[in-house]
Amino acid sequence: MSVIIVFLFVIAGFAGWWLSHQGLMSKPWLEQGLAGDFVALDRSALPTAKIGLGVFLAVVGCLFALFTSAYFMRMAVSDWQPLPLPRLLWLNTGVLVLSSIALQCATVAARRGQIDMVRLGLATAGLTALAFLIGQLMAWRQLTADGYFLTSNPANSFFYLITGMHGLHILGGLVGLGRTTAGAWNAARPERLRLSVELCAMYWHFLLFVWLAVFALLAGWAATFIDICRQLLT
Amino acid sequence: MVDITPADGIPPAEVAEVELYHPHSWWTRYVFSQDAKVIAIQYSATATGIGLVALVLSWLMRLQLGFPGTFDFITPEAYYQFITMHGMIMVIYLLTALFLGGFGNYLIPLMVGARDMVFPYVNMLSYWIYLLAVLVLVSSFFAPGGPTGAGWTLYPPQAIMSGTPGGQDWGIILMLSSLILFIIGFTMGGLNYVVTVLQGRTRGMTMMRLPLTVWGIFTATVMALLAFPALFVACVMMLLDRVLGTSFFMPAISEMGEQLQHNGGSPILFQHLFWFFGHPEVYIVALPAFGIVSDLISTHARKNIFGYRMMVWAIVGIGALSFVVWAHHMYVSGMHPYFGFFFATTTLIIAIPTAIKVYNWVLTLWRGDIHLTIPMLFALAFIVTFVNGGLTGLFLGNVVVDVPLSDTMFVVAHFHMVMGVAPILVVFGAIYHWYPKVTGRMLNEMLGRFHFWVTFLGAYLIFFPMHYLGLMGVPRRYAELTDMTVMTESAHHLNSFISIMAFIVGFAQMVFLFNLIWSIRHGREAGGNPWRATTLEWQTPQTPPAHGNFGKDLPIVYRWAYDYSVPGAKEDFIPQNMPGSFGPSREPA
Amino acid sequence: MAVALVLVLIVVGSVLFHLLSPWWWTPIASNWVYIDNTIIITFWITGVVFAAVVLFMAYCVFRFRHREGNRAAYEPENKRLESWLTIVTAVGVTALLVPGLFVWSRFVNVPSDATEVEVVGQQWQWSFRLPGKDGKLGTSDTRDVTTDNPLGVIASDPNGQDDVLVEAADLHLPVGKPVKMLLRSIDVLHDFYVPEFRAKMDMIPGSVTYFWFTPTKTGTFQVLCAELCGQGHPLMHGVVVVDTQQDYLAWFGQQQTFAQLSAPQQTGAADNAPGKTMAPAKTIAPGLKIAAKLETVGSR
Repeated sequence: MSVIIVFLFVIAGFAGWWLSHQGLMSKPWLEQGLAGDFVALDRSALPTAKIGLGVFLAVVGCLFALFTSAYFMRMAVSDWQPLPLPRLLWLNTGVLVLSSIALQCATVAARRGQIDMVRLGLATAGLTALAFLIGQLMAWRQLTADGYFLTSNPANSFFYLITGMHGLHILGGLVGLGRTTAGAWNAARPERLRLSVELCAMYWHFLLFVWLAVFALLAGWAATFIDICRQLLT
Repeated sequence: MVDITPADGIPPAEVAEVELYHPHSWWTRYVFSQDAKVIAIQYSATATGIGLVALVLSWLMRLQLGFPGTFDFITPEAYYQFITMHGMIMVIYLLTALFLGGFGNYLIPLMVGARDMVFPYVNMLSYWIYLLAVLVLVSSFFAPGGPTGAGWTLYPPQAIMSGTPGGQDWGIILMLSSLILFIIGFTMGGLNYVVTVLQGRTRGMTMMRLPLTVWGIFTATVMALLAFPALFVACVMMLLDRVLGTSFFMPAISEMGEQLQHNGGSPILFQHLFWFFGHPEVYIVALPAFGIVSDLISTHARKNIFGYRMMVWAIVGIGALSFVVWAHHMYVSGMHPYFGFFFATTTLIIAIPTAIKVYNWVLTLWRGDIHLTIPMLFALAFIVTFVNGGLTGLFLGNVVVDVPLSDTMFVVAHFHMVMGVAPILVVFGAIYHWYPKVTGRMLNEMLGRFHFWVTFLGAYLIFFPMHYLGLMGVPRRYAELTDMTVMTESAHHLNSFISIMAFIVGFAQMVFLFNLIWSIRHGREAGGNPWRATTLEWQTPQTPPAHGNFGKDLPIVYRWAYDYSVPGAKEDFIPQNMPGSFGPSREPA
Repeated sequence: MAVALVLVLIVVGSVLFHLLSPWWWTPIASNWVYIDNTIIITFWITGVVFAAVVLFMAYCVFRFRHREGNRAAYEPENKRLESWLTIVTAVGVTALLVPGLFVWSRFVNVPSDATEVEVVGQQWQWSFRLPGKDGKLGTSDTRDVTTDNPLGVIASDPNGQDDVLVEAADLHLPVGKPVKMLLRSIDVLHDFYVPEFRAKMDMIPGSVTYFWFTPTKTGTFQVLCAELCGQGHPLMHGVVVVDTQQDYLAWFGQQQTFAQLSAPQQTGAADNAPGKTMAPAKTIAPGLKIAAKLETVGSR
């Protein structure tokens, strides 16, 4: 459970930083009225939707941290046999990176008001994300063809479970991306479009980060990395 | 002293981003409504409905325990199904949904001075997914093989094996699916509660001016958002084990002379995941209760809550600490024994902020002007039961004392006292307190007092003696207490007594329900602020609050939530949105 | 008035119930009297706190109840008082925790002279395995469980051959000798619990857990399962008999070893036939008995 504890420490860091700006040491019964200081203590300047997405991503991060924790706990048992990762996953990783880059471009374009570039970026991002999902399915097929079935051992089960869960999140993201893309073609409200594109980019970057972590975990690098850290500490 | 009034040129506090949703038809106004107040009532009604089912189940269990052998239809199989559904419904589908979905939805926007939640559409979806989760849960009663009988902890391997009711039938599948749905639905609602507190606060409403109710619900929601994923992970993995035959939690097993296909899984892994959710869950239920009871005591004792800052720190501290105590549910689970030292220490440390909260509640009473209204009575009863249940927690948290007591009736008595009776008493107190705001009418006083006395004394008489059954060594989750040396003749009598009290207490809840329905039409007119309270929900122009809560302009907040009996002020309360400076030694800001 | 009186009555009633009621723990029959002492300390500390808080509340309700013209005092906080209360609480909590942790370290550190006894739980009966002359238990594996080898002892392990198997019958232990109970399950979670011994621990399929104790009284004690293990859970009783050394040795001499029980299958000889037919009959009987009982309950 160490991974989730570390993750929660990060969250606690954010929470602590935020709380430290809320005047927890002040004596509210002495402070009447509405002075300048108070306005600064009010809401964050960020758009509400972004904060909402941020909180949601914390929950998603928590989910994957828990999967990772469970993975490590099971991995510690001596009979652990990881399955060989198909080469295809490297290609998929590249495709997902492209998808993120395309959305980043769309964000920049949206800020500059270049609607054509926004459309191009969104379409590219959507297609590459779809390609990633298809690639993941092909990787699954390759593995089952080689005899690595879901139920044959716990390492396999974890592989299918974690990659499947990540794929579902991408799929959910595609729904949001689809709506944003539709909005880009209508181009009714540029302010709103900019926000949606930014939200999509945020979600995409986060899922890319999750994928890289998952990839490192499944390839066994994460475990090696932790071993090295442990040796350095002791 | 400087008087600051709206005339100073402060613009009305409007949240530009939030576009208020407007219902167009009866359907969108009352059924598929995006108004947090309607959603709150939908949540509360659904939770109460399913809670009644759980109440009936508890009666059936008490029939079997109190009068063994008399009721043939309660087979061990049925008993375990009752006990599982009772526990799961009460903890998750009633208490969590009621405190966060019900009270959270109703009170957060009103108390922070917002027109609605920040994402009303998602908020509506949250309720409908919750309803779907409840329906899936209920459907398991009608599925072949009936609901699961694995106990509310759903420990594998037995939860998905044929020796457990519903283990190889539909019961466990429906239970896990329902939990997954609940978590998805809750996450949608939870995002709303958190972000509304962060971003929806009106002008002048700093975090340190929030009523403790909002602090409690806010912290509990943050915890729930981080804890429920653990249950989600556990449920998904167990569902795969059951449906697709994976072995996450299933080691090699020889069941009744037959080797199962599973191999290599870890049952302890499930317990870690479950309690990583399960312990914060206790505080997810308790923290809103802490917050609400603080406000009840302060309002009805006409005195500011004693040590507001300490109360806030304690809520945040308890919330954070509750994530590092989960394994105290696993002292005798066979995990590494050295974990016991760590988790016993963290568990007993959490007693300190909790004790501070109790001190501050009783110190708020000191030199107060205590109105013994029904909400106040329930608040006092909460302190008694919570202190009792909290102190027995010191037995169970102290690892070695837990060894003889774990899995006995002592545990049952402890958690019912501390997270069953105590929070439910707060729920009742809160309903008597806010019902006038929701409906515009008071609940009937006489029925209320009857309900209070029977519930409080009855519940205490049920659960206080039950501890002693556990001390004798009577295990929990026994469908039959026969042929046991620890069950003496007198212990059987005690069990019968407990069962009779359980029926009486359950009956009193019917009186309460009658009161709830009867008073909608026939209750005394309440007016806008019957308790003369300071917080914003009592300052709305209409009662019940209309759509948009606060009329044309949002209120501006000039003071904290607890300006009761301020020296120098004419009334013994100053609403949060009243400008001006009062008090002998207070610096104007 | 009435409220204050009821609060006082709750305190008085609870204390009297604690002192006078007949419901108290069973007389202890093991060395874990330390655990009982820790519980007593906890009762004292928590009892005082409970009485103090509720009586203080009762006084407040009586003294500061609303009367016409009353006005509450104004006191947002009192740092000194709060710090003091925090310190006193911390001291109280430490007083509970420290003895508890000391006893726990005793509980988890098994004395080196403890003899090992294996308990195997399965739906819904208890079996036991004791080391034979070599003083060592053989290894076991759930995948080796068959009707002829109900505990899954690995036949190729020489240490296991002289192990004494007690299948679904009473366990005997010598008084005054520390024992380390090795706990194993071949199907679901169980928990070996004898109220008089105070100690208990879950048994988990796929791993071996343990606890230790020293029986201090001779007599017959009932074993209960303390972890929900399916619908036969409440009927999963067993018996532990604590004997004098002499009686224990007499009982031990009558038990059969793994080699004796499995010999007939290997040789195919008919002369040991009673042993062969006895073993499976013995193991299945109590399980069937419970299954039959459940069925009759079900058909009622």
